[in-house]
Amino acid sequence: MYQEVCDNIENLVVEPKVKREEPTTVLKISNLNVNLPNHPILKNINLEVQENKITVLLGPSGCGKTTLLKSINRLTSLTPELKVTGKILIEGEDVLNGRTNIPELRQKMGLLSQRPFPLPFSIYKNIAYGLKLKGVRDKNLIEYNVEKRLREVGLWNEVKDRLNTPASSLSIGQQQRLCLARGLAVKPKIILADEPTSALDPTSSKTIECLLKELKKHYTIILVTHVLRQAVRLADHVVFMYYGEIIEQGEPQELFKHPKTEKLRNYLIDGN
Amino acid sequence: MNFSRVIYNKFLSSWMRISITVIILIPFAIGIALLLKSLPIIRSDSIFNLVGSGKWAPSEGKFGFRPYILSSVYVTLFSFLFAAPVSFLSAIYLTQFARGRLIKLVYPVIDILAGIPSVIYGVWGVLVIVPFISGFVAPVFNTSSSGFTILAGGIVLAVMCIPYMLNMLLEVLKTVPTGLKEATLSLGATNWETTKHVVLRNCFSGVVSSFGLGITKAFGETLAVMMVVGNTVHISFNPLQSGYPLPALIANNYGEMLSIPLYDSALMFAALLLMTIILVINLFFRFLMYRAVNQ
Repeated sequence: MYQEVCDNIENLVVEPKVKREEPTTVLKISNLNVNLPNHPILKNINLEVQENKITVLLGPSGCGKTTLLKSINRLTSLTPELKVTGKILIEGEDVLNGRTNIPELRQKMGLLSQRPFPLPFSIYKNIAYGLKLKGVRDKNLIEYNVEKRLREVGLWNEVKDRLNTPASSLSIGQQQRLCLARGLAVKPKIILADEPTSALDPTSSKTIECLLKELKKHYTIILVTHVLRQAVRLADHVVFMYYGEIIEQGEPQELFKHPKTEKLRNYLIDGN
Repeated sequence: MNFSRVIYNKFLSSWMRISITVIILIPFAIGIALLLKSLPIIRSDSIFNLVGSGKWAPSEGKFGFRPYILSSVYVTLFSFLFAAPVSFLSAIYLTQFARGRLIKLVYPVIDILAGIPSVIYGVWGVLVIVPFISGFVAPVFNTSSSGFTILAGGIVLAVMCIPYMLNMLLEVLKTVPTGLKEATLSLGATNWETTKHVVLRNCFSGVVSSFGLGITKAFGETLAVMMVVGNTVHISFNPLQSGYPLPALIANNYGEMLSIPLYDSALMFAALLLMTIILVINLFFRFLMYRAVNQ
């Protein structure tokens, strides 16, 4: 009964998701250029991201994948030297040019970084923090959400007896799942995952991969990786990048079986 | 292995060990020397009397250090009140909000401020702060003042401490990983919320220790304060009156009037007191840091 009530209250906070038959474009990037003074990082990026799919940005280190990801939620503004031009539309709203409320915009996207950065709070507060920023004050709703998100990432049973201990006391794999749960708590549209398994052991990596597969039912995921096998395992759509450019993109089966360009072919050979 | 390389390695490591031993021994050596030198006065009177008494009349054999200790505490307190918020807010602004050009301008200025000799701050205090207090501040409170006051000492000391404290705070705030800031911003926090909730919390112990080290520096600073604080022995809690901090007592009088019995020992006792107080402040802030880290 209580859960039902809470779900209803939640739906008041954020509109419920309506399942659609046709794949919808959640994010559209056109003519995106990112430059450092005298040094281009991203060149003329055009990309459409479909709802409830895992779009994998694949490419060697330093090819601009992370910069592309950070342009999407405007974290590029932390580096004032970066000049970002072009258009990024999320649900029709222009991220770069419009009069965007940036904190609100960022809440549409949960970020999962290369290594976990738990906030210097308790496990409970790590998840509650985003909700509080959203203006949720109801203690019961927050409590319900904390449990729900921790269950969603399979962490609840491991931490339910020590919710008030510092998040830093968790293992690195648990911390990464906590960071995922924290991102989910603000009900994002998109999950931006920047090589989320690169600092993790194989078991924790597998857990995260399974979670991402599960989460795509409810969220759109953009995953940055340089690991070919991870792309094969997870991708619905692969975008291959090389030195700041999108070289090829398409369905993974097609792209990996019949690469059109020499660069991707070489990358596939090196990756195997 | 080549014999000469073994010898060279041994020589270098023993040399390093000697250097570090010297560094560790110096404070102990100073402490012991001061203690030995102040033994005559400690034997002549109880420490409580020396520290607690307000009467300073060396020719009568009366050595009460209370006015000096209170002056020191008072000047330090004022300087901290001025310097801490300015350094703290500047450090936050420079690390969290400021853009390229301003940062490029500010860092050299801080270095220049930190490198100015204290006598110059003293002269600046005498030429600017002292007349400002006697001409503007005192009339506001309906009193007259020569300007050579605790307040002047506090202001000059604050200006001296700002670059020192600011440098430490900047180093501390820079240690916060960008990833942590990005994580907080991604949750929808504004820059200020990120700073307040996460950045400052993350380096709380560092901020506390920067303040602590700033206070100890202010407490021991001698020359510039001595030039503007008035140097008269009396107890007053009015910042528009003069004061006489401990370091000024030692610097002004050592080497003079040594014919007075116990005077030399009294000055050494003042130095010992100064060192002890600084040690206590240091330990206190270390304790706060320890608690913050282990919470």
